[in-house]
Amino acid sequence: MLNILILCPIVAAILALLGAPARPAALLASLINLVVALLALFQYDKTGPAFQFVSEFGILPEWRLTYLVGADGLSLLMLLLTAIVTFAAVWVTPAVARLEKQFYACLLFISAGAMGAFASVDLFFFYAFHELALIPTFLLIGIWGSGDRQSAAWKITIYLALGSFILLLGLIGLYQSVPVAARTFDIRALQELAAAGKIHPASANGVYLLLLIGFGILISLFPFHTWAPKAYASAPTPAAMLHAGVLKKFGLYGLLRVALPLLPDAARHWTHLLIILLIGNIIYIGLVTISQKRLDMMLGYSSVMHMGYIFLGIASLNTLGLNGAALLMFAHGLSIAALFAIAGQVGRRTETLAFEDLGGLAKPMPFLGFAFGLAAFASIGLPGFANFASEILVFFGAFQSHVAGSPFFGFRLATVLALWGVVISAVYMLRAYKAVFMGELPGRWSALPDLKFSLRLPIVLLLATLLFAGFCPRVFLAFLAPSVKAASFRETLS
Amino acid sequence: MDESSLPWIILLAPLVSVAVIVFLTQGSRTISAGVSILAVLVSFVASCLVFHAPDPAGVNQITWLDFPALHVPIGVTIDQLSKTMLIVVTGIGALIHIYSAGYMKGDDGESRYFAGLSLFMFSMLGIVLANNFVMMFIFWELVGVSSYVLIGHWFFRDAPPAAANKAFITNRIGDFGFMLGILMLWLATKSVVFTEIEKSLGVSKFENLNLTAATLLIFCGTIGKSAQFPLHVWLPDAMEGPTPVSALIHAATMVAAGVYMLARVFFLVQASPDAQWVIAFIGTITSLMAASMAIQQNDIKRILAYSTLSQLGYMVMAIGMLSKEAAMFHLFTHAFFKALLFLGAGAVIYGMHHEQDIWKMGGLGKKMPLTCATFAVGTLALIGCPGFSGHFSKEMILAAALSGSKWTFAAALATAFLTSFYMVRLFVVVFLGEPKTDAAKHGHDAPPVMALPLVILAIPSFLAGYGFFISHFVPLHGTEAPGFVSLFAFLAFASGAVMAVLLYRGKKEDPIHIGLLANKYYFDEIYAALIRWTQELLARQCGRFDRWVLDGLVRLLSGGTYAAGFALRSFQVGNLQAYAFLFGAGIVAFLWYVVSK
Repeated sequence: MLNILILCPIVAAILALLGAPARPAALLASLINLVVALLALFQYDKTGPAFQFVSEFGILPEWRLTYLVGADGLSLLMLLLTAIVTFAAVWVTPAVARLEKQFYACLLFISAGAMGAFASVDLFFFYAFHELALIPTFLLIGIWGSGDRQSAAWKITIYLALGSFILLLGLIGLYQSVPVAARTFDIRALQELAAAGKIHPASANGVYLLLLIGFGILISLFPFHTWAPKAYASAPTPAAMLHAGVLKKFGLYGLLRVALPLLPDAARHWTHLLIILLIGNIIYIGLVTISQKRLDMMLGYSSVMHMGYIFLGIASLNTLGLNGAALLMFAHGLSIAALFAIAGQVGRRTETLAFEDLGGLAKPMPFLGFAFGLAAFASIGLPGFANFASEILVFFGAFQSHVAGSPFFGFRLATVLALWGVVISAVYMLRAYKAVFMGELPGRWSALPDLKFSLRLPIVLLLATLLFAGFCPRVFLAFLAPSVKAASFRETLS
Repeated sequence: MDESSLPWIILLAPLVSVAVIVFLTQGSRTISAGVSILAVLVSFVASCLVFHAPDPAGVNQITWLDFPALHVPIGVTIDQLSKTMLIVVTGIGALIHIYSAGYMKGDDGESRYFAGLSLFMFSMLGIVLANNFVMMFIFWELVGVSSYVLIGHWFFRDAPPAAANKAFITNRIGDFGFMLGILMLWLATKSVVFTEIEKSLGVSKFENLNLTAATLLIFCGTIGKSAQFPLHVWLPDAMEGPTPVSALIHAATMVAAGVYMLARVFFLVQASPDAQWVIAFIGTITSLMAASMAIQQNDIKRILAYSTLSQLGYMVMAIGMLSKEAAMFHLFTHAFFKALLFLGAGAVIYGMHHEQDIWKMGGLGKKMPLTCATFAVGTLALIGCPGFSGHFSKEMILAAALSGSKWTFAAALATAFLTSFYMVRLFVVVFLGEPKTDAAKHGHDAPPVMALPLVILAIPSFLAGYGFFISHFVPLHGTEAPGFVSLFAFLAFASGAVMAVLLYRGKKEDPIHIGLLANKYYFDEIYAALIRWTQELLARQCGRFDRWVLDGLVRLLSGGTYAAGFALRSFQVGNLQAYAFLFGAGIVAFLWYVVSK
């Protein structure tokens, strides 16, 4: 089942490159994946073992190289996210002027890479699949991007390559800290070893720091975030949707899947640092977001800012916070994809996304205005959307946690500031909404066509999923219990 | 049908209406209006049934979040308080819906408007029914967003969306405190459900300081939603919305939510004496300040808006004085006469072709006899004329103020005097004397669909204060104000009215000018400067820092290739191999390392 999720986009990409009609192939592959991801979710047995749908295939046994996939609730949620966002991104892709085949192939490879990374139970493939997804991202920005696309592409390439490299060092360090006899890439086995206290890295804190910074760069953790807004502003819409919505979650997923369960004490050791950095994400980036003057840059920064809330949930290391963080990964992925999709449609029509040029666009384009409103309110955590349910959990989880020795200047302060961030996000989102869609309509925009009916479906799909998960968060949270259990080790009520 | 499902019908009927309008009837304005009105009538009828049924023994609820440490149900509370509030919200809401069908006729966004009204009803009813803090917070925020939709209804102009943003963001500042208060209470009592918190309040290890802090943080929610000083600035601007929306926001729903919430968690207020003092103080300041601003406003809706602020200040003050009955009594009567006044103002504006300046009206009493008569009832009720509903509730408020200190009593009396003054001023300038413009000469009464709600609202505006009426809604325990309170109240009412008549009869323009009041104590200017010099300045500096320092550092570090620039210009598909190599190299390094061990 998981193999289909990974192989289907690859096959479609190869067929497209070989001359099959690219768009239908991509659409079909992403539709199949959506169905398969949903099926997997329904078939997952919540009472069974954590990792299910396991399939194994030894490639180079003497190199300990084994293709090993499997999924628990957390992976399934991420796989579903990947499937939904891929489907929406492919669907909203406008006519590609040049190299259409390659364009769709790139999108499909990103999807396959993300699927592979989230489905891998093998540390090596977990890393390699992510790399597979990154390369086409760079290409999409460098070749089909807009504005100063080449410098944006270079920056994201160099920056993320650095992040991957640091991450690699961390993973090597982790591997090395397992007793020689028990060395394995199998994440399940590693988690068991960790639970039994058999992983004793000589320098656990150092290894964790490498992982935190490596993953952190990929997630745009403050102050390693400057690659993100520009890259998203230059990237073609579907690439921005896929990267901000899905691929960026790889780092967070890695923290939850690898770093926390395997090095819990080190995670606690660095809590203070993480709190300081995530406050940077929320408050500092929040303020930077307010100062933006273009819609795409504003969205890029807002996505960086919201990473702070997920980090807050992860840092809290308790059930509430971790569940909130995991659900927020899902919710944020959908809402930011919807926002980028809509901004892309607006940009195609107006050829500018500067606030000073726009205004009143909801009049000629009521659907886009309405959908942007919903997505904007979702992203600032309005009740009814999944973002609210997850942020509430993060707040409760963080408030419950505390750092030994400093009860207030740790999580309490972080929670207070994160709550203030909710005000900040309302400021920049509503300002942007007003600047683009409300107020006086400049004469030259009065005849812009609204979104075609057929193109509305993917946006509706994204928003409907957000609403469903917001009304019934327990449906999704029910899947997360075992994975979160592995990552959480502190259950305290002060 | 099972009686326990009635509260859910009340709550969900408007939500269904939202869905139907958004998905099905957007194209037809009339059907959308019909759907919305039908939904609110369903809620109203169900509310009446609930009102007459005995209180249910258990609570039926569904679980929204379920963790060992945090259990959040979505459940309903049915008691005297919520029953009364249900009747007020759905009853007045229904009249405003019907009135809107006339007022909004021909507006392009009528469907959107009615979807907004239904969303508003859903959110407000959720607050009324909520049995726990998180559920209340959910609907609290939803009220914020539905007011955003309605205030910004005419989004293609500049002022309404700005006012909508201001309302939403100001409310979120209040909600910031509200949520923090919820977190503190939860941490101390391990619950978010009202009844459970109340129970464990006595036995928990809650320190006094924490309880006071938590209560005041919860009170922040009220400050935002009920527009109390210092977060009152959004309410007058909210007048940018269509007039029936103002009536809805001001009379029965949004702003009343803050007072209702305090009444719902009254046990918290009772338990923390320090918080009581602050609450009473804020309420007193708001009532006096808003009343003084009202006497120098010229926009008919803004005068009423400041009057709402002032009356809400009364209610909050009464809560702070631990007189929940007085607060709810005044909330109850105020809901009727303020709805009546706003809808009357709407009829005036409608008859004047969207003119809102009272100095361009005059003599409308002859042109709009029905509007004038009902507006007179509303005015007399608001200024506390003996015999009208407002008289009774205001006396109780004054009695509550007296229980504090002579200063609060004096402030409350001064507010009563000012209220009487500015309302009579308004009435004299608008309805009496000679028409001041052509539009005023040709004014006319509103069509029946708008006139009917006025007449219906005039009845409770007069009657709601009498014992046979109010005793069904707010248990007053036979509290009687001391005789001299009645005397003072009468003096304040009479002197204000007489002064206003003497000053404004036959005047063509305002004989008094007090810049400080006309400019609302410069709050807007002060806040604008504050925002400019803190948030905006900080945001700009952060933006610069991010662009030039952090990003500059990255550019510096990525050094060679970047500065040379040649690589930038040679980005081609052919470079795929380069990237593939880069990443392949990483993987190979990993493998090599593993194997060589």
